[in-house]
Amino acid sequence: MNDLEKISSVFNAKIDSVKSKDDLQAIKTEFLGKNGQITLQFKSLGSLEPEKRKKFASNLNKIKNDLTNQLEQKNIEIETNEINEKLKNEKVDITLPIRPDRQGKIHPVSQVIDEISSIFSEIGFTVAEGPDVESEFNNFTALNTPEEHPARDMHDTFYLEENKKLLLRTHTSPVQIRTMLSSKPPYKIIVPGRTYRCDSDQTHAPMFHQLEGLHIDKGITMGHLKGCLDYFIKEFFEVKNVKMRFRPSHFPFTEPSAEVDIGYKIEKGKIVIGEGNKWLEVLGCGMVHPNVLKNVKVDAKKYQGFAFGIGIDRLAMLKYGINDLRAFFEADYRWLSHFGFDPLDVPTNYRGLSK
Amino acid sequence: MIITVPWLKEHLKTSAKESEIIDQLTNIGLEVESITENSGEMGKFKIAKVLKAEKHPNADKLKVCDVTIGGNEILKVVCGAPNVREGLITIYAPPGAVIPKTNFELKIAKIRGVESRGMLCSESELNLSNESEGIIELKNKDKEIGKSYFKSSSQKAIDISITPNRADCLGVRGIARDLSSAGLGKLIQPKKKKVKQNSKHQIKTSITKEKNQGCDIFGSCYIKNITNRESPEWLKNKLIALGLKPISAVVDITNYVMFDLNRPLHAYDADKINTEIIVRNAKEGEEFEALDKNKYKLKKGMCVISDKSGVLGLGGIIGGTTTSTELETKNILLEAAYFNPSSIRKTARILNINTDAKYRFERGIDPNSIKEGLELATELILKICGGEASKFQISGKTSHKNNIINFKIEKFEKLIGIPINLKEVDKILSSLGFKCKKGQKALKVEVPSWRPDVNLDEDLIEELIRIKGFNNIKLIEPEKKRNKETLNFSQKLFHLSQRSLASKGYMEIISWSFTDSKIDTQFSKGKKEITILNPISSDLNVLRQSIFSNLAIYLKKNQDRGYEDLSLFEIGPTFFGKNPGEQQIVVGGLKSGIVNRKSWLDKERNIDVFDIKSDAIKTLVELGIDEKNLFVNDNTTNSYHPGRSGSITLKSEKGPHLAYFGEIHPAIIKNLDYRDKNVFGFEIFLKNIPEPNKKLRQSKKNFEASDYQKSERDFSFVIDKIFKIGTLEKIIREVDDNLIQNVSTFDVYEGENIPNDKKSVAINVTLQADDKTLSENDLDEISKKIIDTVSKKTGAIIRS
Repeated sequence: MNDLEKISSVFNAKIDSVKSKDDLQAIKTEFLGKNGQITLQFKSLGSLEPEKRKKFASNLNKIKNDLTNQLEQKNIEIETNEINEKLKNEKVDITLPIRPDRQGKIHPVSQVIDEISSIFSEIGFTVAEGPDVESEFNNFTALNTPEEHPARDMHDTFYLEENKKLLLRTHTSPVQIRTMLSSKPPYKIIVPGRTYRCDSDQTHAPMFHQLEGLHIDKGITMGHLKGCLDYFIKEFFEVKNVKMRFRPSHFPFTEPSAEVDIGYKIEKGKIVIGEGNKWLEVLGCGMVHPNVLKNVKVDAKKYQGFAFGIGIDRLAMLKYGINDLRAFFEADYRWLSHFGFDPLDVPTNYRGLSK
Repeated sequence: MIITVPWLKEHLKTSAKESEIIDQLTNIGLEVESITENSGEMGKFKIAKVLKAEKHPNADKLKVCDVTIGGNEILKVVCGAPNVREGLITIYAPPGAVIPKTNFELKIAKIRGVESRGMLCSESELNLSNESEGIIELKNKDKEIGKSYFKSSSQKAIDISITPNRADCLGVRGIARDLSSAGLGKLIQPKKKKVKQNSKHQIKTSITKEKNQGCDIFGSCYIKNITNRESPEWLKNKLIALGLKPISAVVDITNYVMFDLNRPLHAYDADKINTEIIVRNAKEGEEFEALDKNKYKLKKGMCVISDKSGVLGLGGIIGGTTTSTELETKNILLEAAYFNPSSIRKTARILNINTDAKYRFERGIDPNSIKEGLELATELILKICGGEASKFQISGKTSHKNNIINFKIEKFEKLIGIPINLKEVDKILSSLGFKCKKGQKALKVEVPSWRPDVNLDEDLIEELIRIKGFNNIKLIEPEKKRNKETLNFSQKLFHLSQRSLASKGYMEIISWSFTDSKIDTQFSKGKKEITILNPISSDLNVLRQSIFSNLAIYLKKNQDRGYEDLSLFEIGPTFFGKNPGEQQIVVGGLKSGIVNRKSWLDKERNIDVFDIKSDAIKTLVELGIDEKNLFVNDNTTNSYHPGRSGSITLKSEKGPHLAYFGEIHPAIIKNLDYRDKNVFGFEIFLKNIPEPNKKLRQSKKNFEASDYQKSERDFSFVIDKIFKIGTLEKIIREVDDNLIQNVSTFDVYEGENIPNDKKSVAINVTLQADDKTLSENDLDEISKKIIDTVSKKTGAIIRS
């Protein structure tokens, strides 16, 4: 056995007993360190005869590579063992609870306003707004409801002044007036907003939300009104077919005027919208009265169109099975948690309005 | 307006079933609100006699009564009415009966320990009147004990909601006309009345000439020698079916005519009239007692019917007691007049009176119905009460002239979207009482006097489509096209803030725009209240000036329900004046409680001002503002703890004011008596967030990342205690904008080894160059520059 074979066999004997990184370092130093056995052999190369030197150098390199590989293997082995050993001691009870957190929610009325805006956005309506405090003119007079009109009785109005000139708007319709007074036709707007009537019981709240719609252009007919509302109701309730009934009614600011009922039935205690033989009133609408157009100086010979008003809270109640209107405004944490929406549930048309 | 089918059929010849009639009513705009089955239900109310009434053993105000409804059984009934007494004949409701007023089904129940089988009823409980003082006292009914009080037991009352424009349908005849027009039968023409009118009219009537005379025309008939009495069954049943209480033949007949023809009448006891009738304007302060037993003090200009002695009644609204008819009345004056709707409305509103007559006159009665009304009523009075009638005396004259509309029928298609031909137009309008004459360019349409609501082409179009049927309108699919952005900048901010806060654990609430002034004033110290004239309740009496007012109220309510860790927000208007537009949208949030409550992982701690600061800042950043541009100082309002609150402005202290945040002022917390007193809040003022003139993608710089290593250096300064660390960070940042990437304070220390008026601040600075890795030398150089600048500008000393 020559020197190299001897070194190799000593190494092989030692490497098997290596258990730790320290052992590994020691054996590495012993053979490949500055004064290691292999290193010393390399140093001795110079003293060999040229013909012997070539062969010896080749053998020496082989052995060095072999040793290096083995050391490398050993290193991986040790590290794997170390990780396995560590994992054994790092077991947690994964059934323990997560960190407590506060879950925020979007109010159902806000969610429904977003849904509605998304639906009307598709057919080109933009969102308009107006102040909550209104003049008597914008809220009534300009809407063809003069002072002595009995329709004023149907709006239990909150007033801010003894002379009744300033009030809390009883509907979102004054925004029609503001929009038409401040810009030129055509108009295609929806107006979601707070409205007020001094009336309070199980089905009435002193504040509620209304959605006003107004579309004025050349040649807009009641056929367009019907189409628009049919589209909206189907999209909103996310159903393919809705039984819908237009019923003549009266609003001072539209002529002809209609109320719209949708069909429904009760199935297993839950309301199913769109079919069935019961009717539910959901909105009022009509063709904008020529007097209203006159009041806002829009040429009624050229322009005509429709308006509608929908109770947003009621829509939310119907779609999401909420019974009590008053609860919308009582800020009960439990109610909000139950009926509220995750902030990431933004209604969109491509992903669907609701989960 | 309530009708019954048999009554309707007196005006409409039809074979239609009740259900068809009900459907058609709704289809033509006469919405059926409810149908009350009077039959079996109302039959349960029996005429009964109180045999004995003894004091309740356990209650002073109650009596235990023995009641009989004929037969042998004696019913024990507990009754609280003051007028219950032995021998009284009244109306008894057995267990199982549903009380009309409350819709409450009676059950056998113990009242203060004594079992009561059913109850004795007041007029108000049976919806006969508003009289609720005591139970009904029936006279001369001894022989009817045990019989049902309501005899018209098989009639269904159909309650129709009549829109304010359709005064003509406040009478059965008008409804019949509409139904016949819709093809449901034939309107029966009234028979020619043959009324003997031979006696002399004994009372002069006149209408004074005044500037605002509320009465155009006053018609009357004098009927003498009548015998007023209880109405015959057929008449009583008709009125009971409508929910009215029969009074006497004369009064019942006037009511009948009103509901039949929509023609209000009034009957005076002619012997109680002093000399003559004068229709005039009231003098300021004149008084009279009305039939509702109230005394009214009149305002100048109200239209009154008077005699030589004074006011007899308010024309078209309510009669007075001085000339009211009684069973003993012998001679009557029957009135049919026309009163101006706006005059009626004004008077009734000021005096707060609502009657069936007022309801009709303010909507517009047919001015040409005076004679017809007088004829029908006179005929009935002569038939039921006997007597002799005079010729009708008419004072004044109607100013009404039938309206003529030159109707261009092509306008129908232009507005509705479907065509209609002349024949159909003529047929529909004629059946509604309009007279059509073909003109050269248009159809000349004469509007009947009972339709004051029809003035324009559009009104005719409504009549046509209403009868033709809304279901015939073809719907036109909407076009899916968007020319403008749906939301404007501020609307987008509104929506974004909702999502932003909800994602930070805040629950969105929507509360009233009004609030309790006692709470609002705490958050709006020194500001004038914006009061609501007619609030729904005294604790909702002002428009809110702070978004906190309602949030604070509801935070407390939730705390009181036992919830402690609460985060609530609302986004909505707050008001700073009572004029339209003196409002702004504010996002407000309140947060209370503890972080890591009962966590097995982390230590519990109270919420603090830096939690709320973080929520405010992060929200603003999510709303699109660069955090570097947010400037925080400590000028806040009285709503906040002065030492633990801040104000955020844009770019500099003088920049647009974006938000307040901080601990809610301890005085307010004390006043509101919170369970958990650790309450923090913020307000964000959306209107002050400027709209960027570029989209974010347009304003973003090109992406450049340094390939060279970054380095970090920590500095520890000893600085005046009052010196703001925000300012210190800013000074460091500005030392070299290019090299200094980030400055962040990681420790603040006051106490041992630091002078009393100083604090020690440890700041980490991240340094990086675009063109090289910074060498030790470079780093030393910049560090020195930082230390020098800080010490020069703030007087701080670097700690070794």
